[in-house]
Amino acid sequence: MKKLEVNVHHLTRVEGHGNIKVRASNGKIEELKLEIVESPRFFESMLVGRYIDEVPHITARICGICALGHTTAAVRAAENALSWKAPDEVMWLRRLLMDGETLQSHILHVYFLVAPDFFNVGSVIPLASTHPDVVKRALRLKKVANEMCDLLVGRKIHPVSMAVGGFTYWPTKKDLSRVKELLEGARVDLDETVKLFAGIAPPALESPTEYVALRSEGDRYEFVHGRVASSTGESVEEKDYAKLIAERTVGHSSARHVATKRGCYAVGALARYMLNHDRLTPWAADAAKKLGLTPKATNPFHNNTAQIVECLQCVDEGIEMIDRLMKVKNPPVFAPLKKKAGSGAAAVEVPRGILFHHYETNDDGVVVRANCIIPTGQNQANIEMDLHRFVPALMQGGKNQDEITHACEMLVRAYDPCISCSVHFLEVEIA
Amino acid sequence: MSKPKVGVFSFASCEGCQLQLLNIEEELLDLLGRIEIVNFREAMDEKRDDYAVALVEGSIVTETDAEEVRKIRGNAAFLVTIGACAVTTGLNGMRNSVAAREAWKRVYPDRDFDPNVAPEVRRVSEVVKVDFEIPGCPIDRGELLYVLTTLLQGQVPRLPATPVCDECRRAGNPCLLDRGIYCFGSITRSGCRAICPAYGESCCGCRGLLPGAPIEELIEILDKKGYSREEVIVRMNQFNSRDDQVKPLTGELGRLRKEVAA
Repeated sequence: MKKLEVNVHHLTRVEGHGNIKVRASNGKIEELKLEIVESPRFFESMLVGRYIDEVPHITARICGICALGHTTAAVRAAENALSWKAPDEVMWLRRLLMDGETLQSHILHVYFLVAPDFFNVGSVIPLASTHPDVVKRALRLKKVANEMCDLLVGRKIHPVSMAVGGFTYWPTKKDLSRVKELLEGARVDLDETVKLFAGIAPPALESPTEYVALRSEGDRYEFVHGRVASSTGESVEEKDYAKLIAERTVGHSSARHVATKRGCYAVGALARYMLNHDRLTPWAADAAKKLGLTPKATNPFHNNTAQIVECLQCVDEGIEMIDRLMKVKNPPVFAPLKKKAGSGAAAVEVPRGILFHHYETNDDGVVVRANCIIPTGQNQANIEMDLHRFVPALMQGGKNQDEITHACEMLVRAYDPCISCSVHFLEVEIA
Repeated sequence: MSKPKVGVFSFASCEGCQLQLLNIEEELLDLLGRIEIVNFREAMDEKRDDYAVALVEGSIVTETDAEEVRKIRGNAAFLVTIGACAVTTGLNGMRNSVAAREAWKRVYPDRDFDPNVAPEVRRVSEVVKVDFEIPGCPIDRGELLYVLTTLLQGQVPRLPATPVCDECRRAGNPCLLDRGIYCFGSITRSGCRAICPAYGESCCGCRGLLPGAPIEELIEILDKKGYSREEVIVRMNQFNSRDDQVKPLTGELGRLRKEVAA
């Protein structure tokens, strides 16, 4: 092919508004951009002047899909600013909730947004009549997580009772038994999910990169609290995140991106798998084997594979947390934390990757400075790097313009980009 | 009879309200059998403009947003706004507390101001005629399903016009005000099943204030619980900064702060 022009305006089946632009001639890429065109909402500006206890409720509204993750990051950063350490029971309940959110978000992504590509249809809607079992299974799995969050924190989108200082509602034993029943019930559907996707080969692409994710000092596949670690072996405490990542100009792109000293990096399910694969439960590790996922993987499409593996991991971890919570004799009583001046950062693994929140408060507990670094903002440069490697290979393989366009869309979608999230903080200076 | 064609559109928001559409789960397949979705970027590739009903989420924050929502209005016979961002501007309204250029400078200090950013964040009804509004942050799944199925029957849905306190008392929740914790249940539209107080959290007014809401009475009650007039006004601004009943109170903030400083 002599000339190639890929122009995807408002990429579908992603959260938010993004464009892909690629221009190439005679096998050489002349322009390549993943553009974020979401309307800006200016969250950091809105947060200045708010009471710190309001912050989790406000930042939850950054994203409807990962509201729980933003809430978890905000409450933990606020608690760090106010020098308060959450008791174990509170952390167990937070872990259980993040297991629920990760499960729901991954199911939504692999079944509703990605699967249509493999069945050659434009959305999940036609699948409802051609593959009703698949769609019904997806809805059942999604409902598990929704019902779980409804019971534990009032609702899935914008959780109610998750607050700075703990939970304003502590789940009853009855709530917890029901959630356990739901998670146990999901096992059959998840085994079927593994079978379905084991039969679908992802498009071929080798694109080695650096991965960044949480890794805890214990032996847990980490989602909620740990060191910020890179696949190069480097790691820092969460409060020192800016020593590992910072806003930089990355070689292949004119825009400024979040990068490590070495350049762009990837976050998300695949990054977490790369840094924590030795800590998967036997059930999840077995699924990884069946799906052909190994720590040697360099194909970014395996992010979807890692998402499926994590669904199983989350069910196992969730049940472990419920068993612990069931034994709590005196649930922690909620009390608002004492207001004071401080600065606190937190890193949490949300479905799309590591998320940082950082706040500074004055003596009245009012926010004077806010900063958040969002997974999709971190992945943007890496996605562009992948496209730089992917497009020439597709052109050499004799693919036509439509096929290349579709393949580019699939690649961007594999990262499960959350553009509504990323836009608000994409080019912010890091404290 | 052909199925009514529906488009789902999103402006500045978290996209959580359109996600609630996918979250109606069990009833979703049944609903999809009764309508034809022809435009829904978050879930499907197809993009057509022949929809009769438009579900619109999000606030109008750029000039492009305003242009696009006018186009949608031109295509749709019936336009329903879903969620606080679209109905009242919700949280997005807080951006208006400073000029657009100042907000820009705080977030993108090293980039030139984009003139496409509108001077003020607006609710959809400030730009085009809206036929029905579903309030809340996020919208309630049950209420969404009720509104859609009622419209499908050719009837006009009715949403409650009572305060959250009504639902809260009926649910038997302990009153947060009695425990000395602020709550906006007495001035906020109900329909949410009082989900926040039920989970021990204050009502923050996400469904919008009732017309003629007893705001001064509430401020007086909260004063006795130790909440300053300033703090109550700041908290009211979280979701209701664009409400005409709140705007004059917001105007007091500068003076109140000076008094505290003195």
